[in-house]
Amino acid sequence: MTVFLQYLANGLSMGSVYAIIALGYTMVYGIAKMLNFAHGDVIMVGAYVSFCATSYLGLPAPVAVLISILACTALGVLIEGLAYKPLRQAGPLAVLITAIGVSYLLQNAAQLIWGATPKNFTAIVSFPVPEPLASLNVSAVSITTIIVCLVIMAALMWFTGHTKMGKAMRAVSEDKDAARLMGINVNRTISMTFAIGSALAALAGVLMCSYAPVLQPTTGAMPGIKAFTAAVFGGIGSIPGAFIGGILLGIIEAMAQAYISSSLANSIVFAVLIVVLLVKPAGLLGKYVPEKV
Amino acid sequence: MSLNMNPAMNRRSLVAGVAGLGAAGILAGCSGGGASSDGGSAAGSGSAIKIGSIGPKTGATASYGLSVTNGAELGCKEFSVDGLSFEYRSEDSTGNAETAVNAYNTLVDWGMQALVGPTLTGPSVSVAASCNDDRTFMITPSASSEDVTSGKDCVFQVCFTDPNQGKNAALFLADKYADEKIAVIYNSGDAYSSGIYNAFKEQASASKLQIVSEEAFKDDSASSFNNQLTKAQAAGATFIFAPIYYTPASVLLTNAHDMGYEVTLMGCDGMDGILGVENFDTSYAEGLLLMTPFSADDPASADFVKAYQDAYGETPDQFAADAYDGVHAVAEAIKKVGVTADTAREDACDKLAAAMLEITVEGLTGTLSWNDKGQVEKDPTAYVITDGKYVKA
Repeated sequence: MTVFLQYLANGLSMGSVYAIIALGYTMVYGIAKMLNFAHGDVIMVGAYVSFCATSYLGLPAPVAVLISILACTALGVLIEGLAYKPLRQAGPLAVLITAIGVSYLLQNAAQLIWGATPKNFTAIVSFPVPEPLASLNVSAVSITTIIVCLVIMAALMWFTGHTKMGKAMRAVSEDKDAARLMGINVNRTISMTFAIGSALAALAGVLMCSYAPVLQPTTGAMPGIKAFTAAVFGGIGSIPGAFIGGILLGIIEAMAQAYISSSLANSIVFAVLIVVLLVKPAGLLGKYVPEKV
Repeated sequence: MSLNMNPAMNRRSLVAGVAGLGAAGILAGCSGGGASSDGGSAAGSGSAIKIGSIGPKTGATASYGLSVTNGAELGCKEFSVDGLSFEYRSEDSTGNAETAVNAYNTLVDWGMQALVGPTLTGPSVSVAASCNDDRTFMITPSASSEDVTSGKDCVFQVCFTDPNQGKNAALFLADKYADEKIAVIYNSGDAYSSGIYNAFKEQASASKLQIVSEEAFKDDSASSFNNQLTKAQAAGATFIFAPIYYTPASVLLTNAHDMGYEVTLMGCDGMDGILGVENFDTSYAEGLLLMTPFSADDPASADFVKAYQDAYGETPDQFAADAYDGVHAVAEAIKKVGVTADTAREDACDKLAAAMLEITVEGLTGTLSWNDKGQVEKDPTAYVITDGKYVKA
């Protein structure tokens, strides 16, 4: 039983990392209706910035996280302005390919700046974990990640539901042209979406690398893809869906590794995804959130 | 991102086509594939023998490729003595087999006479096939699969083969750690890791080692080993054999430490480099066992380590040392059979391949000689990390 709980805790920890990345994916998709494949790489940049701030400049962790959030927000707005804004009228395929291009650009730029050799990321949070969680090997990072996920989820739902900018985002998500007719500045709204998505990416990067400490230019790529899967699983565009999708993906992966086969774990995760999408094509929560924000 | 775009256009045909257009007017008779009788004449840089290298200089495996191409470059500089002179050029494979073959074709068009590369097993298998067809001499510093050399008389390896490493590791454990309960964690998506694992498993059952758990992972799940470690711990393992590269190994050690799981980890040559992971708490690696032919702490390697640090600002790992030894072997073979800058690539290939079977190289990674399968024969050494240094186990 203890071993089962340990697997569950491992799954929750990994799942919370997927969830926090998936929140950024789903936010941008929900509003700008584009898959930002460079999201995983913005995460990597966020982690590098925080790494440099703590290791080279000796700054305390909260300051480093703040710098990282600011840097990623600026980067996100820059990417959106340079790469995506000129394609606003182009087809979705052109935007998708551009996003993949941006992803490679960020990876290779990171390699030029920071080198290819991996760096070990020191966890930004550590506090004594209370029993019985400590005996299940739940780390301070995992607890923090889950709490941060829940806070972000609540904040995003409040923001999109109750603020003027949030309402503008939902309007843009529904129908860009109609929103423009109603006097909403569509470009500014989409830039704002990217700014928020990239700020989330910085947080996700810092927490992800605190959990899985290897930092290299390709660090963000695979978790990015898995978190995208999690977002689709939960219903892309749905904020609670991204959270639930991420957590479930982590748990299914852990259980498959533990009780079926560690080499088949990914196949099992994706098989579950296919079954879910066959039964509920919009994802787990896709159907219940008609506004998809 | 593992999107694998497959360019339908073969770069060589493009290069050959363009070269052909130009050559038609100027150099009548020079064929695009480089198969002319005066092979290296096109680039016309005089008396230097042209050595090429291929490795991933970008992408997820860039740290290995950069080590190999840097090591080979340094080798070409340092062995340009005693009447020998090398000209060196390296190309990026991005770790992809098709890109590596394109890189190889670029080097052939440049006039390369011998190849010290590629770095990774997958690309090396593809490039080795081209080398065998085109008659280009190839010595790979680090591609350790038997598939690279098998059936190709002009392809050689500097590193041990995977089966050889797996077998030696099992024999070492049977000798020193026969009573331990052993868990195995390997990368099932990687030819190197699963190649060692298969040979290890075979020898382990012959040597009656107690294997209590066998767990796999893939590159895309290499960010956390908590589940595999939980399983190993639940099975009572006191020892983990992990034939994996040092990057995932540093995660594994951190995870084990965070779990409070006291276990001895053992790896093969891919584990070399773990002490160089920036910001990694090397106290987690204390007691780590690894079988590797090269140690930067060995006084015999001091000159090489210093020259490498001066040139590239990093401590060389085993990949760099293997590449340096690869150039060393080429230099020895050239001295034996008298290849010059004017020797055609095909002639150089046959001469060097014959010489390789006769030479013995006192290299950084041991005393090297080669059998007729192209595999290296040298002694493996087991090291244990003590106080942040490699100490012979």
